[in-house]
Amino acid sequence: MAPLSHYLILSAILFSIGVLGVLVRRNAIVVFMSVEIMLNAVNISLIAFDRNMNLHDGQIFSFMVMCVAAAEVSVGLAIIISLFRNKPTVNLDEFNILKW
Amino acid sequence: MLLKLTWLIPLYPLIGSIINGFFGLKLGKRLVGLIAAGSVALSFITTLLVFLGFLLLPEDQHVFEQVLFTWMSAGDFNVDFGFQIDPLSLTMMSFVTGVGFLIHVYSIGYMHEEYSFYRFFAYLNLFMFAMLLLVMGNNFLIMFIGWEGVGCCSYFLIGYYFEKKSACDAGTKAFIVNRVGDFAFLLAVMYIFNIFGTIDYTEVFHAAPEKLIYGGEAVTIITLLLFIGATGKSAQIPLYTWLPDAMEGPTPVSALIHAATMVTAGVFMVVRSSALFNLAPGTMMVVAFIGAGTAIFAATIGMTQYDIKRVLAYSTCSQIGYMFLACGVGAYTAAIFHMVTHAFFKACLFLGSGSVIHGVHGEQDMRKMGGLKKYMPVTYGTFLISTLAIAGIPPLSGFFSKDEVLYHSLTDGNIILWGMGISAALLTGFYMFRLVFMTFHGESRVDPHVHPHESPKIMTMPLVILAGLAVGGGLLGIPLIHGWHILHNWLEPVLHFDLASALQHSEHMLHEAGKHAPSWDHLLLPKEHNVGLELFLMLFSVIIAVTGISAAYIFYVRKPELPGRLTEGQWGYEIVKNKYMVDELYDETIVKPTIEGSKFLWKSADAQGIDGAVNGVAKTIGWFSEKARVFQSGFVRNYALFIVIGFIGLMIIAF
Repeated sequence: MAPLSHYLILSAILFSIGVLGVLVRRNAIVVFMSVEIMLNAVNISLIAFDRNMNLHDGQIFSFMVMCVAAAEVSVGLAIIISLFRNKPTVNLDEFNILKW
Repeated sequence: MLLKLTWLIPLYPLIGSIINGFFGLKLGKRLVGLIAAGSVALSFITTLLVFLGFLLLPEDQHVFEQVLFTWMSAGDFNVDFGFQIDPLSLTMMSFVTGVGFLIHVYSIGYMHEEYSFYRFFAYLNLFMFAMLLLVMGNNFLIMFIGWEGVGCCSYFLIGYYFEKKSACDAGTKAFIVNRVGDFAFLLAVMYIFNIFGTIDYTEVFHAAPEKLIYGGEAVTIITLLLFIGATGKSAQIPLYTWLPDAMEGPTPVSALIHAATMVTAGVFMVVRSSALFNLAPGTMMVVAFIGAGTAIFAATIGMTQYDIKRVLAYSTCSQIGYMFLACGVGAYTAAIFHMVTHAFFKACLFLGSGSVIHGVHGEQDMRKMGGLKKYMPVTYGTFLISTLAIAGIPPLSGFFSKDEVLYHSLTDGNIILWGMGISAALLTGFYMFRLVFMTFHGESRVDPHVHPHESPKIMTMPLVILAGLAVGGGLLGIPLIHGWHILHNWLEPVLHFDLASALQHSEHMLHEAGKHAPSWDHLLLPKEHNVGLELFLMLFSVIIAVTGISAAYIFYVRKPELPGRLTEGQWGYEIVKNKYMVDELYDETIVKPTIEGSKFLWKSADAQGIDGAVNGVAKTIGWFSEKARVFQSGFVRNYALFIVIGFIGLMIIAF
């Protein structure tokens, strides 16, 4: 069985990819997917700790995260659709009104 | 106790002023006039009752004080709000309320076409209130309230026609020029408190000989400051320039405030403080010379003016100069005597000029009058009587009072003062009759569209009464016969001054200070009342007055073309006609530098310094905000980046 550190490194790499994706990508859908990657990176580390310490809290917590992620998807996609209805694009460079 | 009514005297006009001021527009002109004149009439009647009560006092009691309440009390500084009734204040109160009442009645007729009739009467009543406070107060601070109050009302009333720029300017000028004097007056009051620890008349004057050295520095400074205050209010050199301009106000105001009452407040103040002035021979000399100087100076300007009211204004300056001349030589009775008679004849003259102006529909230029004698006989008659009185023709009142002033200026003063006084008397006869001849005699130069008419009864009645007083006022001070000078006997208790004991005190104080007292023996030589000299001076001044009148007759009736020919191209005449350029001089030396200095302060200190600091703070904050707003780009991505940076930063700090 692979040691805990491997899982954590995988989790950290995935999380960093997610963060980078959020920061650098312009397409709202891809940004959204990057957010999902970050959530799931966290899930990996939760499960890894869970297995390593023989507890079950981590599994329950990761379900919790999935639920939140599912809810987020529904809200997020709704936002993206309404964005698309306002402007015929989902390029985030076109949306900079979040400052008033 | 009739004396207990004292406090009501100033209260009536105050109530009248409040009623008229707040509800006047709704009351209607009839009622407003009734309230205004009625309140002053009540004051007059009460004054007479108090007068009676005072006469009933025991022989040896010469002063009655009524303290209403303690006005302020701070440490050693205690001021009572109280009134002092003594012969001097009673004299002032009687003629202030009496003449004031007549002028109120006259005003009802004169102002009846004015829209803001009520405003006029509210101010006029307020003036009466302030003037009564001024003369009745029992300490310097009450006098100061009255002093400021009359100045304020004078400002209101000069600027009564506030839609006219010249009237506004004149009001402002009067206010500011008076302020210079008021400042000096206030300094004097502070100095008095500093030395005496009180500002109550009785206490100060009683302690004066014991605390002040005769001719010493302190008393000289106090009296000089008081006198500067008096020059402001009483329109003497160098602060007289406001009075001629004050003629912008309605004519009854000129009669009441700028001839009969307010402008004599300075004289009253000097007489009231005679206990201090007597100790300051240096100041007395200044007072006498300023008075005599103003008398002659204003008279020369008066000869060249064409505005009927301005001539009278300069005449007022000149006559008040006589009063100060009398004060300066220590003849306080003569000063008060001339003040009373002047109030009668000058009020009559001003009201007469108002009647003339009324009759020719607002024309004030004497070159556009002439021949009005047959249109307004009552005005003419009363005007002529008053003019004879002011010129000093016996047996009218002005003759007695002016001669008393001149007599004392020679016996108690010196020949220079007398010479100045008698020259001014010559000029008085000339310019007053110039006024009469140009206005009432000769060919009519009135605009053909204007039909001159006599004024209504309500205006002529006060004229007749005042003319009667101008005739009979001289009886107050019959000269020559010892003991017949009623005013002198009456005022004696107030003006009594024991020079010998004052000098003794001074000597004592100087010895204690280790200084040697100068010899004052010559001051104590008894003075003879020289009846022969007085008689001679009387005769002389009558001749002088007649000379002046005859000159005016030749110049303005017999040969009306003569003045023009004589003055043509004379630079001297031009200077006098332009009032010696004093206004221009003040403009250049005081007004303009002040304005320029203010402009400099406005542009450099205010606009750059203060505004610069305020705007600078705003600009700095704005600059920082400009930099900070870059962070709020509106892109979600950027915000996320900050979160990440923040997180990394926290991690770095944590480990």
